[in-house]
Amino acid sequence: MLRQLATLWPYLVRYRWRLVLGLAALVCKDLTAALAPLVIRRVIDALTAHLTIQQVWRFAFMLLGLALLRGFFQFWMRWILIGVSREIEFDLRNDLFAGLTRLSPKFYGAHRTGDIMARATNDLNAVRMMLGPGIMYWADTFFIFLAAIIAMGSIDGRLTFFVFLPVPAVSFTVGYFGRLIHDRFQRIQAMFSDISSRVQENLSGVRIVRAYAQEEAERKQFRELNDEYIHENLRLARLWGSFFPLLEVLIGLTFVIVLWLGGRQVLRGSISLGSFVMFLSYMGLLVWPMIALGWVVNLMQRGTASLERINELLHQEPDLNDRAAVPDAPREIRGEIEFRDVTVQYGSNGNQSHGAALAAVNLRIPAGQTVAIVGPTGSGKTTLVSLVARLRDPEQGAVLIDGRDARQFPLARLRGAIGLVPQETFLFSETIAENIAFGVGDASREVIRDAIREAADTAGIAPDIEEFPKQYDTLVGERGITLSGGQKQRTALARAVIRNPRILILDDALSSVDTVTEERILNRLSSLMRGRTTLLISHRVSTVRSADRIVVLAGGRVVEDGTHDQLLAGGGYYAALYRKQLLEEELEEA
Amino acid sequence: MPGPKAGGGGSGSKHGDEEALGKVYDWRLIRRLMTYLRPYRRLVVLSTLFLTLHSLIQVVGPYLIQVAVDRYLNPVAKTSLLDQFLSPERFAGLTQITLLYLAALLLSFALQYAQTYFMQYTGQKIMFDLRTQIFDHLQRLDLQYYDRTPVGRLVTRLTTDVDVLNELFTAGVVAIFGDLMSLSFIAVAMVSLSPPLTLATASIAPLVVGVTFLFRLAARDANRRIRVAIARINAYLQEHVSGMAVVQLFNHEAKSQAHFEQINADHRDAYKDAIRAHALFYPAIEWLGAMGLVVLLVYGGYRILGGGLTLGILVAFMQYSLRVFRPIQDLGEKYNILQSAMASAERIFKLLDTPVVIRGPERAVAPVEGSQEARIEFQNVWFAYQGEDWVLKDVSFTVGPGETIAVVGHTGAGKTTILSLLLRFYDATRGRILVGGVDVREYDPAELRSRFGVVLQDPFLFSGTIADNIRLGTSTILDEHIEEAAEQVNLAEFVASLPGGYDEPVRERGSSLSTGQKQLINFARALAHNPQFLILDEATSSVDTETEFRVREALSRMITGRTSIVVAHRLSTIQRADRILVMHKGQLRESGAHQQLLVQRGLYWKLYQLQYKDQEISGTSAAGTRPPTPVN
Repeated sequence: MLRQLATLWPYLVRYRWRLVLGLAALVCKDLTAALAPLVIRRVIDALTAHLTIQQVWRFAFMLLGLALLRGFFQFWMRWILIGVSREIEFDLRNDLFAGLTRLSPKFYGAHRTGDIMARATNDLNAVRMMLGPGIMYWADTFFIFLAAIIAMGSIDGRLTFFVFLPVPAVSFTVGYFGRLIHDRFQRIQAMFSDISSRVQENLSGVRIVRAYAQEEAERKQFRELNDEYIHENLRLARLWGSFFPLLEVLIGLTFVIVLWLGGRQVLRGSISLGSFVMFLSYMGLLVWPMIALGWVVNLMQRGTASLERINELLHQEPDLNDRAAVPDAPREIRGEIEFRDVTVQYGSNGNQSHGAALAAVNLRIPAGQTVAIVGPTGSGKTTLVSLVARLRDPEQGAVLIDGRDARQFPLARLRGAIGLVPQETFLFSETIAENIAFGVGDASREVIRDAIREAADTAGIAPDIEEFPKQYDTLVGERGITLSGGQKQRTALARAVIRNPRILILDDALSSVDTVTEERILNRLSSLMRGRTTLLISHRVSTVRSADRIVVLAGGRVVEDGTHDQLLAGGGYYAALYRKQLLEEELEEA
Repeated sequence: MPGPKAGGGGSGSKHGDEEALGKVYDWRLIRRLMTYLRPYRRLVVLSTLFLTLHSLIQVVGPYLIQVAVDRYLNPVAKTSLLDQFLSPERFAGLTQITLLYLAALLLSFALQYAQTYFMQYTGQKIMFDLRTQIFDHLQRLDLQYYDRTPVGRLVTRLTTDVDVLNELFTAGVVAIFGDLMSLSFIAVAMVSLSPPLTLATASIAPLVVGVTFLFRLAARDANRRIRVAIARINAYLQEHVSGMAVVQLFNHEAKSQAHFEQINADHRDAYKDAIRAHALFYPAIEWLGAMGLVVLLVYGGYRILGGGLTLGILVAFMQYSLRVFRPIQDLGEKYNILQSAMASAERIFKLLDTPVVIRGPERAVAPVEGSQEARIEFQNVWFAYQGEDWVLKDVSFTVGPGETIAVVGHTGAGKTTILSLLLRFYDATRGRILVGGVDVREYDPAELRSRFGVVLQDPFLFSGTIADNIRLGTSTILDEHIEEAAEQVNLAEFVASLPGGYDEPVRERGSSLSTGQKQLINFARALAHNPQFLILDEATSSVDTETEFRVREALSRMITGRTSIVVAHRLSTIQRADRILVMHKGQLRESGAHQQLLVQRGLYWKLYQLQYKDQEISGTSAAGTRPPTPVN
């Protein structure tokens, strides 16, 4: 546990002076709070004896002054201590995010998005609760009890002892019930998500449900779940129902003790009526700290458990790094690519199936060549190109860029020379301009504005964008416009093109664009990419036929390699693909 | 659906109308919500009674302390109601009062427990009823509704929205009532003890209300910004965790980090504003509490000196004043609960009011006469999901008893729509569909559908075991039927290889199974229901050679002797069919047997060349590895 908490130490040190100041305010607040019942005691005692008007006013001002002071310190206590917890939350979340930006696709393949999110939000909040309210109420309880015990003890030690008897019971009750309620609540949450997914399933499978006339059976099943759910909820209700009343009884018990034992002391004359009222006032003051004590224990437990989960994320080592980078790697990359005996296993990328995605692939692509890669689904095309951008490293063999192992280049430099348009288009919920300028810099600068337009033009998306009311400042995604598949792909292409990359990789990146438009885009690209390396994955013959060279992958191996005419003559996979697509075109025209 | 509103007399601006509408609608919402309470009215009454008693007991404690002080601790002449019952002896009297105090405490415990439990019970029961009602309605709603409503939204209606309403019943209404009760009882007790002192205490109340109101105002803005910031952090994280590869490919890490820190800072700053509001509010309230105390002491002091007040009453008031403030503060909080509950109620009722279009006829209930003949007829059927975008245009054909029809065509030709109409997922826009010589609209939908064995293109599996997925909820299907069906479709061997056999759970909707295996389970499901008709939408995705062989064999066994319509992608299926329907762009273009159509050299011939011919030569394919995947 201590080892887990050690993560927090640097953050606490960063705010040490504020923490000290906040704690000082807390102590002052508790002191002023503890003084008020003493004044009340004197007022009551004075009332039972003889009292002058001046005295009344003096006591009144004393009480008001104390309350004012107390409020003043209370403000600073809260503002500083809770504020610091928000600062630490802020720092921690930034550091978490920074860590996330360094982790490889392998990590993201193995961890669900929801899980990562939960750590950065819910778990972080649990830690924040431990640091803010946790620390504050713990200290608050400690000092107020200390002050009250001293003040009460100085009047009547024995009475003080008896009055405090129920206090451990209160804290224990809060702690115990708190834990129980928390557990039950978690169970209810789990059932809640069961119900959600059950409903989700029923609604997604609505066609099967209807086709098999299963509505009645589904109803019955849902009713059972629903029944279990309310049953569990009622168990929680029983817990709640007894928790608060029990708390009230236990706290009420302290008042009973004051009333009976204290009353007897008054009757005996060993304490004054003022002291009796003072004891009542102190008990009123201590109600909340008694409850807080149990609560804080739970906060600490949850906080440390969450911190453990956060630490797992914070201490994750990035597996793609610059460790093998050499200082004399060239600044400029020409764009020659060579795969030397490259073998990549499935499974290492979060994929369930086993076997080789690429098996001992040897392929040399001179700088400036345009190479098309075709092959059936699962033949290893995407894996092959992702090695170039080092989205993963091969298990065996090496990818050489300009004759050097790609790992010898710093990651940023290598990727800076590559423009990759992935198969699944991913755009961010920002403006179109910001999406296109994603890899070059601030989209609002004039120079970049021009480059954006140019890239959009090359990618054939410019006419579409100019139709939008806000043109390049149109927001993409849920809060903005929904782009069609083809528009998204062309935007992603513009995002790659604007970087003016030495190596351009299109991973089936124009599949949703019609063939005529695609041809126009490819024509523009080919003049732009003259002298630069282009890798082109596609299923369309029309796309790949004009490439310098066509490589056919099957089962993780290169099975055909040559120009369009050569492969047609070879009569293999490519030739068959070509024939089928000709027929398809005919059919479309029918 | 609110429908046309009352008061459409013609006068009044549009704006005014809308405001009036809102009110009427809210009132309707409340009335409609109240109907859910009706079955539980006894519990509600009981619960309210306990709540009232509990509020009453709250008053007892300070009163007892007053008696203790005035009668025993600092005796004065004035007598209280309790005097005649209490011992004149001081120690014994004090003990009596203490015991009374303890009794009140225990009674309060029992009442509060019972009240909470009854109210929660009622709330949960209502939630149960509401959820059941929504779910039932969802089981009847048209597929067209599902087409245009995201599933996630419907799930929210059934889960989150219902839970918000639960808040309303258990926390909102009851707590408001309880707060008001407490306030009035305390007021009565105070007035009966000392009206002037009550006034003195009450003078602070407006200040408490004012401060609370100001705090809410200040916190509302901060809370809104917090909600926005949290939503943005979540969205940003979600997006960047999903798209981290793109961030890294484009060297955008530092910029994303900076952007995230900005959002994160907004979050922190919004919270700081909320913290400031809280940090000011709590001391202010406590200071007002101190003010109240001072007013009591000064004014009470004067009165005591003048002999008009006893010390006990002053002490009692000191305790009462603490208990008045809490309910006042709480009341404001409840307003928010009410608001969001109304919004949820409106959404839920809107769903419940969505009419069901496709349902059985009003009168004919029993199986329609003469419908036993296994014949299917499409008579000039037109269909459009919307307006004039025809998906089917004037389609007519007949399937005789025991006949197998293969429907072929390119993507978007309308093949699947034919099946959907036959199952009455939608109603034909024009024309008629007859099953057994009877219009499908004259059947009860469930009755109609139960005659069909259906395999959809996407082999859908539910969570549960393999047996569950074959049987679904049809309890008349026995284990031996399941085994028989599995045997028929070549699934038995595979099931036998599983550790759990038929009880092997299907994980995450079949992610542990191959596509072929999922198809076979769907086949077995169709067969186990022993249907009169068979409807099959063949999956397009390819499977490995061995499974392909099994699927093929299973298919041919299933269609033998059954009236079947198959949307076919397999050459073997097509060749086995008695007749082939060629659909193109919503129209039925060609119809006939395989060889017959090939000779025509029309659409079918082209389709054949494109999609099916390779299947003939697969295995001897020149590529050598395996048949190439069809390219779309």
